[in-house]
Amino acid sequence: MKSAKGTVFKYGDNVDTDVIIPARYLNSSDPAELAAHCMEDIDKGFVEKVHRGDIIVADKNFGCGSSREHAPIAIKAAGVSCVIAETFARIFYRNAINIGLPIIECPEAAKGIEAGDEVEVDFDSGIITNITRGTKFQGQAFPEFMQKIIDSGGLVNYINKS
Amino acid sequence: MGMTMTQKILAAHAGLDKVEAGQLIEADLDLVLGNDITSPVAIREMEKMKVDGVFDKDKIALVPDHFVPNKDIKSAEHCKCVREFAYRNEITNYFEVGEMGIEHALLPEKGLTVAGDVIIGADSHTCTYGALGAFSTGVGSTDMAAGMATGKAWFKVPGAIRFHITGKPSGWVSGKDVILHIIGKIGVDGALYKSMEFTGEGIRHLSMDDRFTIANMAIEAGGKNGIFPVDDLAIAYMKEHSVKPYTVYEADEDAVYEEEYTVDLGSLRPTVAFPHLPENTKTIDEIKEDIAIDQVVIGSCTNGRLDDLRIAAKVLAGRHVAKGMRCIIIPATQKIYLQAMEEGLLKTFVEAGAVVSTPTCGPCLGGYMGILAEGERCVSTTNRNFVGRMGHVKSEIYLASPAVAAASAVTGKISEPGQL
Repeated sequence: MKSAKGTVFKYGDNVDTDVIIPARYLNSSDPAELAAHCMEDIDKGFVEKVHRGDIIVADKNFGCGSSREHAPIAIKAAGVSCVIAETFARIFYRNAINIGLPIIECPEAAKGIEAGDEVEVDFDSGIITNITRGTKFQGQAFPEFMQKIIDSGGLVNYINKS
Repeated sequence: MGMTMTQKILAAHAGLDKVEAGQLIEADLDLVLGNDITSPVAIREMEKMKVDGVFDKDKIALVPDHFVPNKDIKSAEHCKCVREFAYRNEITNYFEVGEMGIEHALLPEKGLTVAGDVIIGADSHTCTYGALGAFSTGVGSTDMAAGMATGKAWFKVPGAIRFHITGKPSGWVSGKDVILHIIGKIGVDGALYKSMEFTGEGIRHLSMDDRFTIANMAIEAGGKNGIFPVDDLAIAYMKEHSVKPYTVYEADEDAVYEEEYTVDLGSLRPTVAFPHLPENTKTIDEIKEDIAIDQVVIGSCTNGRLDDLRIAAKVLAGRHVAKGMRCIIIPATQKIYLQAMEEGLLKTFVEAGAVVSTPTCGPCLGGYMGILAEGERCVSTTNRNFVGRMGHVKSEIYLASPAVAAASAVTGKISEPGQL
């Protein structure tokens, strides 16, 4: 796997799927259309500010709430290269892996990274580098089983291969 | 080291004698579920897979319930996609408008979910079926697609938290108060990745509808699933509704629980979750200020069952909703709607100034049928009170039981029936 590098958008605890992609837009499942409303109810200008490769960092329980895969799809299609959080809600965690949005649990990084910091993530080692502050954090590497899904480019390709 | 009820069901479906928390397994699925929001994405993903149709046309349930009857053209296209997929694959359990209901009320009623099953659904409230002693959990669309194609899903075996239920509820306390109390205690991530195992003699005082409500909201504590032991009441429910064989699993006496809590039903009071998280709970006695309300919603996969409507009708009978109040009541299935009609509950609602809708998830997720404007407040029997969940980002949702919701509709402020 590769690495990710970008500017950080920082959020707090319990960022739910309703603020990531409000249900009023769930009459569409088109990634570009969903991306146009990504984070709309928590950070209104997000889609104007975000650049391809940027990184979301959040505290506890990121992605709690509904099972809508539209949430990680919207984040990925908005150009975000990685989400780092203290913890993730479990359905969001599965969905992100299944659609190929890299996510990393790392409580120390969630505390040691602020909005606007430049951050680099090495997916192979799980090492998260805060370039702005000159600090490094060890993120949790994926279990082997999930690594295989990610290496295949998501669950669909994994099934097609096996 | 013994296994929990959840671990036993998962072991059996993975063909293993024993599993332990943290283990990755692949389990056979008894049912794969999707709705009109999640299924179109799953159908698109499944079409990318090199598979010849679905694994078993009898073990898939497709329930358009979120934005139906179609709220707009895009929703209509989604429903059409699901309908065409269902016909093309001869899916036995596709439920059209007229026979559908809110999925998690409908499937147990249709006898499709029984004790011992492993069920995944592309809807987070799939955990509801734990009330019958099944392992059921919410997943996303890609997992649903893989489940429909292969009949299998991977799981990380969850560790467990035990909730030992004692005592007997009094007054207007219901299943909703039990689960709101628990979420208030452990928080919205208190059971993250874990199973919530309910045990204890107090369970016999909880009706099946109470248990469905409790298991339904396991996800609001971050839980992977919530599960109840299979007692005579659960067996009677399955015999009444299902012809499917069921299997009763019991936790080992030396099963490992990472945390244990005791919940004394007798000490609980009607409980309300304040904006904007289900963990922000207060008992009705702790609410000192008047909180004026614009709308009340009674329904959803959490509280749209017959018990819920009976309680609401008991409170609303001979009374009228407050001036300016919009009170929206949504029976969760066609069968519940019909029973409510036969029992005269719908007449009570209409005479009280409430509106009664066809089954839909509509207002719960801010889809349609009761969207809130800026600054408006709603007391709702639904399951989430996140920012903007039911409409404007500056609207507020207070989660409560049908009893509190109905009483609040009458007074125009958060109230319990005892205050009427």
